[in-house]
Formats: sequence, C-alpha cells, structure tokens
Amino acid sequence: MNIEAGQQTSFDVVLDASADQPVGLLGGLTRRQMMKFCAGVAATMGLSQAAGVRMALAAENPKRPPVIWLHGQECTGCTESLLRSYHPTLESLILDVISLDYHDTLCVGAGKQALDYKHKIMEEYRGKYILVTEGGTPMAADGIYCKVGGRTQVELVREAAAGAAAVIAIGSCASWGGVQSAFPNPTGAVGTAEVIPGTTVINVPGCPPNPYNFLSTVLHILTFGEPPALDELNRPKFAYGRLIHENCERRPHFDAGRFALEFGDAGHRQGYCLYKIGCKGPETHANCPAIGFGDVGEGNWPVGIGAPCFGCTEKGVGFTKPIHALANLVSQTPPSLYPSVDGARGHGASPGAAALVGGVVGVALGAGAMFVKDMAQERDQAAAQKKPAREV
Amino acid sequence: MLGLLVAIAGIFLLKRFVYGLGAVSNLSAGYPWGLWVTWDLIIGSSLGCGGFAMAMLIYVFNQGHYHPLMRPALLSSLFGYVLAGSAAIIDMGRWWQFYNLLLPWHWNFSSVMLETGLCVSAYTMLLFVETSPMVLERFGLEKWRKRVASVMWLIIAIGILLPFMHQSSLGSILLVSGHKLSPLYYTPFLPLLFVSSVLAMGYALVVFEATVVTKSFRLASEHHMLARLSHLIGWILAGWLLLRWGDLLWRGALGDALAPTALAASFWFENALALFAAIAFLSPAARRDEVWTFLAAVALLLFAIVYRFNAYLVAYTPAIDGYEYFPSVQEILVTLGMIALEILLYVVCIKLFPVLHAPVRQVAHA
Repeated sequence: MNIEAGQQTSFDVVLDASADQPVGLLGGLTRRQMMKFCAGVAATMGLSQAAGVRMALAAENPKRPPVIWLHGQECTGCTESLLRSYHPTLESLILDVISLDYHDTLCVGAGKQALDYKHKIMEEYRGKYILVTEGGTPMAADGIYCKVGGRTQVELVREAAAGAAAVIAIGSCASWGGVQSAFPNPTGAVGTAEVIPGTTVINVPGCPPNPYNFLSTVLHILTFGEPPALDELNRPKFAYGRLIHENCERRPHFDAGRFALEFGDAGHRQGYCLYKIGCKGPETHANCPAIGFGDVGEGNWPVGIGAPCFGCTEKGVGFTKPIHALANLVSQTPPSLYPSVDGARGHGASPGAAALVGGVVGVALGAGAMFVKDMAQERDQAAAQKKPAREV
Repeated sequence: MLGLLVAIAGIFLLKRFVYGLGAVSNLSAGYPWGLWVTWDLIIGSSLGCGGFAMAMLIYVFNQGHYHPLMRPALLSSLFGYVLAGSAAIIDMGRWWQFYNLLLPWHWNFSSVMLETGLCVSAYTMLLFVETSPMVLERFGLEKWRKRVASVMWLIIAIGILLPFMHQSSLGSILLVSGHKLSPLYYTPFLPLLFVSSVLAMGYALVVFEATVVTKSFRLASEHHMLARLSHLIGWILAGWLLLRWGDLLWRGALGDALAPTALAASFWFENALALFAAIAFLSPAARRDEVWTFLAAVALLLFAIVYRFNAYLVAYTPAIDGYEYFPSVQEILVTLGMIALEILLYVVCIKLFPVLHAPVRQVAHA
C-alpha cells in the first residue's frame, strides 16, 4: 500500500496531466506505464524509485543511443529470448528505448547495404554506441571458422569495440565461449572479453540469459552512463550476485535431505531437490529462481519444472562439467546427518488395533451369517408351507 | 453391550479433548485425516444418504408407493449426519475455532471445505426439521405439526439439493490432493463418482435397514417394495461401474491395479463387491429372493465403504514419504462407540416415535 502511494507521489512530481496519453515514442505506452515499468526494472536491480523515474526519462529521450549487435558462433537463442520479453516488448525496446541500428537477425537490409549502414553508424556515433556481441569468437587458424562479409569475427569484434561506449556480451558464448568452447574446442572459441583484452566487457551469461537481465543492464547504462555493479567475472551483480541454490524453491528439500535419485522416481515426482541428479544450482550464480522465464509467473525455470540446472551462467560448469555430475557445494554443505528419507513416521498397526479390527470384522461376519441363515431358513419354511397348500 | 461401547468411547473422547488428538489417535502430519474422518464423517454421512435418496425417489420421481420406507431412512440420515458433524469437531485440531465457519466475513469462497462444512451443517438442520413430524405426532402437537407440514415441500426440495452439493464435494476434496492420490483413484470424475455411489448406497441402506428392522421386530416383510427398488439400484450401480472402468481405461491407469500392492488388492475387493451387487440386483431371480437382495445390499454397502476407505486412506500417500497410519485402539473404540450410540438411538427412536408403520396411514389420509 505504502509503496504504491510512495511510487504515485514520486511519479506525480515528473508526470503532468497528459501522463495517461499514449506516446508514439514509447510504442503506444503511456508515460505512466513506462514510468511503472522502469520503476520495476529499478526494483529488480535494487535501485531506488527515483532511479526508476530517471530511467523512464532516459528511455523517452529522443536521442536514443545506437546499438550494434554482432553475431558470432551461436544459435541466436539470446535474440530469441529477447524477442519474448513483454514488458516492454522488443519492438518498444528497439524502436523507442534504444536504436538498434545493426542486428544480423533483425535488420531489414541485407548484405553490403546492411554492412555499409553499420559502418556509417560506427563513424557517426564513434564513442557513443553500445556494442552487443552474441556468440563466441573462434581464434584458431586466424579466426577463419566464423566470417561475415568476408571478414573474420575477430576482426569484426575488434573493429566495432574500438569505437564503442560500452560492450555487452550477451549469452554464455559471448561471455566465455559457451558450447563451442567445450573440450576439445576445435575452433578455439573464446568470449568477447578475450578478443579485446583491456576493454571492460559486461557479461550477461545464460543459455539463453533472461531477457530482463539484459534489458536492466542496458537501461542502467542509458540512465547512469555507466554499467551496473559487476562481479569479478564482469557479470552484473543484481542478476548474478547470488547462487541459484540460495533462492531455489527446492532448497528446503536439500536441507531436509530429500533428493530425487533418478528422473521420474517418487522424489522427482514430488518436487524434491535435484542435486543428486546433477543440478548445478549450488555452484552457479544467477537469479533464475527469483525472476523465472517467459513472463508466466513463478516456478517457470529449469529446476522449477524438474530439470536440473546445468550451470549455463558459470564458466567451467555449463558445457564443461557432465550434465549429471554432482555440483561442487560452494557455500552450503548438506548436513552430515540427514533425517531418514524412508524411515517410518506416524504409527502403523499395533497388535491391539489389528486384533480389535479383526474382532469387529469377525463379530460382524458372524452376526451377518447368522442373520442370513435365519432369513434363508424362514424363506425355506415359508416355501415348504406354501407348496403343499398349492398342491392340495 | 451397546451402552458399554458408548461409555468407553466417552472416556476416550474426554481424554481427546483434555490431552489433544495425539493422546488418543494415530493421526500425524502425513495423515491428518484418519479413521474418524473416513469412517465417521465421509462414510457416516454417505450412510446417512438413505433419506436423501428416498426423498428424491418419492418426491422428485413421484414414486409414492415407496413412502413407508421414508421415515426410517430419514431417521438414519439424521443420525448419520449428526455423527458426521460431531466427528468433524472431534477430528478438528483446534475445534474451538469451529464457530468461525458460521461467520460469513471469514469465508473463503474458493474452498471446497467451506462448501462441504456449510452444506453439511445446513442439511443436518434440515434433517431435524424433516424428522420433527415424528416427534410432534408422538406428543400430539397438532398445531406445530401442521405448521411444519406447510413448509415441508420447501424443506424437502432443499434437502434433495444439499446432499448433491456436499456429497460431490466430498469427492472434490480429493481433487485437491493431486499426486498424493493414486492414479487408480484420482480422476476428474471424483465428484460424480462420489455423488452417484452415494445414491446407490442410500438405496442399499434402505434395503438393508428395512430387512433388518422388519426381521428383528417381526414385522410384515417389505420385500415387494425392496425388489422394485433393487432394480433401480442395479442400474445405478451398473452405470457407476461403467463410468469408473471407462475412466480407468481411458486414462490408462489400470497398471496400478496389477501391481502387487495392498491398494491393488483393496481395489479388486472393492470392485468384486460392486460387480456382485450389480449382477445380483439386475438378475430377476436374485431380486425375487429376499436373502439374495439382502446380500446384494450388504455387498453394495461394503463396496461403497471400501471405495471411500481406499480413496481417503489406502490410495493416499502423503507428499513426504515414510508416513504410515493405522488407527489406534482408542481411535477404533471411539468410532465403535459412535456406531453403538447411533444404533442405540435408532432403536430407541423406533420404539418411542411413529417411525415404522404409522406413516402409511398418514399418507393415505393426506
């Protein structure tokens, strides 16, 4: 209640009478709706409501910062993930919040036309545009394993990064190499940070990452002109500051020693902890249990639907460890003495109770049998009496 | 003998209310519902459906010739429901909070339990009104009897509606239990299965009671009426079995019935009883025979009782493994005492009030 009211007051300071009119620049959203969205994003990042207001104002700014989005070795899953964000939708993001000037999957132009436009933007907005890299960069054999327009990915990344205000690596591939960097890594795939040493690359790992972690990072950069607080692997702390294990809804099962031991067993069906079937939640940093995927409410994330976390946001875990290998317990170790999983609780049949039930059933059977016997006798007698009478 | 059982139950009930549920029963966090809920409440109220089933037959389908069976059925309904209501309070951990059920501002409208609780309470009140003419006649309170009679049509109408609501809800309650219930029993048709089996059970109880009472008190046999009723029961039961097995096959849940478990054994026992009852009720030769009719009614009652025991206890696995439950001696003695009390009161009422044959004349005049 109070938060709502407080939000209302801080909104009213900046919003005028036309606040509830749809604004074309915001993709048909009203200014109030945009304000609310940004307040939500700010809350996700643990910022104040005032920051939410500033974000909304930054997003409304007609001078939208250009974004150049490069694709390397990847599956476009990160873009697919972003396509499925609904508040705001992708179109209001790329048309109103940022200016997505070059994106291999989404740009209208193709071939030389698209590449020329990319170069034009890179010249015009030198030092101002945001570079987003999706996918790993192959380094082996001079990077010949991934080329766009005849140039290797290494060259393209270095060229674009030289004039970028900020570099964001979206997805596990861009963050540290991802699936193609798995042993034996024939293409020598690495993350964007290793291609441009010395430049700070904001890593938003995940396979795919939650679109809102990316959106929040972008809005933070737009608003404050600097990236959000980062951890030692340059991942935004608001999203990757905690282990999945810490916020997992199945955590009580872990603490109580209730584990699914194989897929589809009684424990798995009843939502027990997935640690013993290879869940990497105890060594993986991400906010998956807190925000979920697909905008369909809580519980919609791998562990929530019974699939063990495979550690996609953690270098050295995802795509590296066997999927069903046990996770390293980074922070919590299971109690040394678990309560018994299959020990009996409650009370079974005592000899007295069994005897009593037996006795009652016996008496009922006996009485019933006697009753039916009497009935049958009476019936037979009646029949015997009737018969001669009829014959006579 | 019955009095002794009641006295023993009284002692344990006192213990239950002084020291709490744990002192008397084997109920646990895994099995918060045990014998008392299953027998006294669920089965007790189902056995109390004779009145409802007969009222529907006599008043809705206008089968007035069954009327002599009405009053005994109503009386047993009253006891069944009073027993069910008191069992609910006995089984309630914090029974002193029970009055909140009557405060509308505390109602949670998405609760099946609320529906059941309110509906059962309302129906028990109605049963008191429905049975009141017997008492009023006995004491010659003619003015009051007429007053009650003038609104009886409405009471009877609501009295037919309410059991449909709460008896199906007793099945809906199990829908909430989800995976805790074996696939053999968990089906979206639970409410329909419960309410339709209760109907068959109600008629079977009427057959059972009429036979036992007429034999015990050496009254004229009512078999001619029961035989016709049996035919109806047979069809209801056959329909029930068809729905039950159709659903099992359609959902592909029969695998569990072939596993060597206590549940599977209980499932086959239950269905064997139902099949026997259905065949006996539908075969003209067996229907003509008093003994076979009686046996079929007993089988049907046992079937419906076992079905409810299975659904509420045997097929139920708590969300957390490792719990087991079997009623304690004291728990069983309380239930036995309650049954004894019910029989005792029934016998006393039959002797005190015009339950058995008086109504024939009354109806003839009406």
